Amino acid sequence: MRVNIEVNGEQRVADTVWEGESLLYVLRERLGLPGSKNACEQGECGSCTVYLDDVAVCACLVAAGQAEGRSVRTVEGLADGDRLDPMQQAFVEAGAVQCGFCTPGLIVAAHDLVRRNPRPSDLEIRESLAGNLCRCTGYEKILDAVRLAAERMGASGGTA
Amino acid sequence: MEFLRPASLTEALEAKAAHPDATPIAGGTDLMVELNFDKRRPSALLDLTGVAELAEWDTDGGSGGDPGGDPGGDTVRLGACVPYSRIIGELGGRLPGLAMAARTVGSPQIRNRGTVGGNLGSASPAGDAHPPLLAAGAAVEAASTRGSRRIPAAEFFHGPKRSALAADELVVAVHLPVATGPQQFSKVGTRNAMVIAVCSFSLALHPETGAVGTGIGSAGPTPLRAEDAQLFAAAELEGRWEAPGPLPDSVLRRFGELVAAAAKPIDDVRGTAEYRRHALAVLARRTLTWAWDDYRTGSWSRCA
Repeated sequence: MRVNIEVNGEQRVADTVWEGESLLYVLRERLGLPGSKNACEQGECGSCTVYLDDVAVCACLVAAGQAEGRSVRTVEGLADGDRLDPMQQAFVEAGAVQCGFCTPGLIVAAHDLVRRNPRPSDLEIRESLAGNLCRCTGYEKILDAVRLAAERMGASGGTA
Repeated sequence: MEFLRPASLTEALEAKAAHPDATPIAGGTDLMVELNFDKRRPSALLDLTGVAELAEWDTDGGSGGDPGGDPGGDTVRLGACVPYSRIIGELGGRLPGLAMAARTVGSPQIRNRGTVGGNLGSASPAGDAHPPLLAAGAAVEAASTRGSRRIPAAEFFHGPKRSALAADELVVAVHLPVATGPQQFSKVGTRNAMVIAVCSFSLALHPETGAVGTGIGSAGPTPLRAEDAQLFAAAELEGRWEAPGPLPDSVLRRFGELVAAAAKPIDDVRGTAEYRRHALAVLARRTLTWAWDDYRTGSWSRCA
């Protein structure tokens, strides 16, 4: 089947999509957007987290057909040209990236948190990232990055 | 495989009547896992996310969705496709037991997609929404082109992943009485997030009738009510509602024993039957303590 999706502000079309295919597969394999990672395929790891109509979801659990006519924002859509989103910048500076596989999902999940809650407590950060697994960092640097980004985004008075 | 995309409830019911073997999909948090792992190949997917009527809730006092207003009413009609995150954000005061259970579902991403309708459609004995539905005395609204009917939650579950739904029916809503007393939910798992319950328990106190509702999850072929425990607790609370003091330890302990006795657990990958019975007795004792303390101190309406 054919699926029409607005992805990162651009109208995209995917053809020959299998009816049981996930949004994640369409993004990665058909639309050339490999930022969202494919790991567990069961919603456990969060590495495929994207915005679907502005709501953070696991792209592996969305049937491609369910995204028809909707808007998707992936990690590739966060930066403004060469200028990283403050959350991406904070991950770089805080050393929150090791192997990098979980990073796109964590950045989208953290981006969503700070957008909804500009001054999250540590408990709220932990709760908001509970659906994202990282096997390298032990999470401490990730928490540092989220705190740093929240501070900066709060100070600049706006979010991306 | 076909992909059916109805734009209204009428279209959805017609599609289900024409394709009774179509599998409904809402949040996809169960079904997509089965598709991704090649565990299931339904002949058709019936996508319900385009049906606006299923994604709303209201009360018999008026429509929901206005965060500032309180429409009042005694019953909430919760559309089958309202995600857990909205139940937490919009219905914590009216349906505290269900909202507590919703907070324990998966992760933020899962709660943004998963729905009570999907939980009921899957009819897993471990579904987190089921114990609070049983405890609150909820009714499931099932509909088809033949009409609609309400099935009491206690009669909805027929076996592991089997329910009272006919092949041409969809779960369209759940009707829950607005809480008139404290409610609780508690769940055992290996971590806070992304856990399928080893066992769970929900409790609802109904001060105006003197009744006590219960729901046991993940400790039997279906979610269960602990009926002897309900009667025992109601009898023990009789006469205490007007001048409530702390409940004696013996009452709490006996309540726990009766809840454990009502369970029909098995040994499986998540835990043994013996552990589940033990844990249920603890959860039952604790939740009754918390709920009764909330009632005694008048703080129950805030705990939601």
